[in-house]
Amino acid sequence: MQISRHIEALYRDESRRVLATLIRLLGDFDLAEEALQDAFTAAVTQWPKEGIPDNPRAWLVSAGRFKAIDRLRRRARFDASLEELALRFEQATEMPDLDLSVEDDRLRLIFTCCHPALSEQARVALTLREVCDLTTEEIASAFLTPTPTVAQRIVRAKAKIRDAGIPYRVPEKSELAERLDSVLQVIYLVFNEGYFPSSGDAPTRADLSGEALRLGRLLLSLLPEPEVAGLLALMLLTEARRAARTDDAGDPVLLDDQDRALWDRSLIAEGESLVERALRSRRFGPYSLQAAIAAVHAEAARPEDTDWEQIVGLYDVLLRAAPSPVIALNRAVAVAMRDGPEAGLTLIDGLLAGGGLDGYYLARAARADLCRRAGRIEEARAAYRAALAMCQQGAQRAFLEKRLAALDVESRAP
Amino acid sequence: MKYLCLVYAEEASLHSLPDSPEDDECQAYADSLAESGRMLGAEPLESVSSAVTVRVRDGKTSVTDGPFAETKEQLTGFYLVDARDLNEAIRIAEGIPPARVGSIEVRPVRELQTEKPR
Repeated sequence: MQISRHIEALYRDESRRVLATLIRLLGDFDLAEEALQDAFTAAVTQWPKEGIPDNPRAWLVSAGRFKAIDRLRRRARFDASLEELALRFEQATEMPDLDLSVEDDRLRLIFTCCHPALSEQARVALTLREVCDLTTEEIASAFLTPTPTVAQRIVRAKAKIRDAGIPYRVPEKSELAERLDSVLQVIYLVFNEGYFPSSGDAPTRADLSGEALRLGRLLLSLLPEPEVAGLLALMLLTEARRAARTDDAGDPVLLDDQDRALWDRSLIAEGESLVERALRSRRFGPYSLQAAIAAVHAEAARPEDTDWEQIVGLYDVLLRAAPSPVIALNRAVAVAMRDGPEAGLTLIDGLLAGGGLDGYYLARAARADLCRRAGRIEEARAAYRAALAMCQQGAQRAFLEKRLAALDVESRAP
Repeated sequence: MKYLCLVYAEEASLHSLPDSPEDDECQAYADSLAESGRMLGAEPLESVSSAVTVRVRDGKTSVTDGPFAETKEQLTGFYLVDARDLNEAIRIAEGIPPARVGSIEVRPVRELQTEKPR
């Protein structure tokens, strides 16, 4: 009884490490997954009789490898080419130094699942499946996608890894920055889908954000690069506001209107120390800068205490590091907070005319809010309607409707 | 004169039509061309879904999944290279000078599934 509970705990804590090593040894995701299941099945039958081995992880890797050779032998009866493969695994008898290489294996697994040769959707699904051990059903329900679609994405991604020769290794220094971008993008995408769902009616999905935070912590422990610290800080500082981000009815609450007493101070403290660490390195990038902006917000006890001068300055640096219309929009909103709504509207109207924000409802919503603050109520109403026409997400739509209705009250006030 | 013959076909039906070629037939034709001394190189490719596209702009490499040459781009040349894995193939592709203005599609070569060993 106690052994079976021990094995369950071991599966939870070690199965991804064992899988990562088996993929390296066997060179095939599917074979490694079968081998992992075989190894744990063997543990369940053998350990109660023989006792728990001194190094359970090494035992599981070794058992998995031999079970994979058995499987290949059985299949070799139908496909002779597999015999050669089985023989090669068998002859590679020297076991790798497990404790030294095993963390590298987890990093290899992350970089392979997030390779830019795979589509973004495939990277997300494969990472959640292989690195986080979410089931295909769990991934499907988190992304409100049919299970067969997610299953298909994972199958195709594995086929591409095999057919295109995507290597199972940590990128060399010269390619690390670019490859790391692709990994960070996947983690942030998972976090954002949990924090600002793109569809459905729930305002947030804590389960996905939790996975992203776990991934971020794991990656930072394996690869302590400044931008990894920056991304983790950004996620922690955003996560810290979760309780304040929705009201009792589940509707979103804007940053200015949030009850700051609900912000999670311990997450903020952890996020702030990571931001400082990233900025001190002087090798920081867009994630660290966005985290720094979030940290400035976190420092303000009340909205009116916010240091907008510093925020605009950080957006200036961010816009140079990663030029994008969305960042320019956020900068325009910060400028409006520092210099007044008209200054922000001039910037936003320039951005909208540039066309880079077509179909982006938050640009219309930002314009609506600045028009309202500038007393241009009719323009605000038109902008909220334009935003509603572009927004599909239930909670966000309800929020926009409420702001639109509030305008009528405001315009009737003396 | 050297000529490059490019094989275009609908991937979905290439291997399932009544008149579809078998790999053995392709191998036999390649062997006969090689014997005649007229062949410089020929390879079948893996499915288009295994493709990646490499571009270099302002010294930065971008890698995207899929064959995403813009429709206004035409095939202007080719390299047949031997790389250790996709990462090395991408490094070679980013060094091809037109990567700075056009795009380089990287496609793995497929092994023909022939009955006789080559």
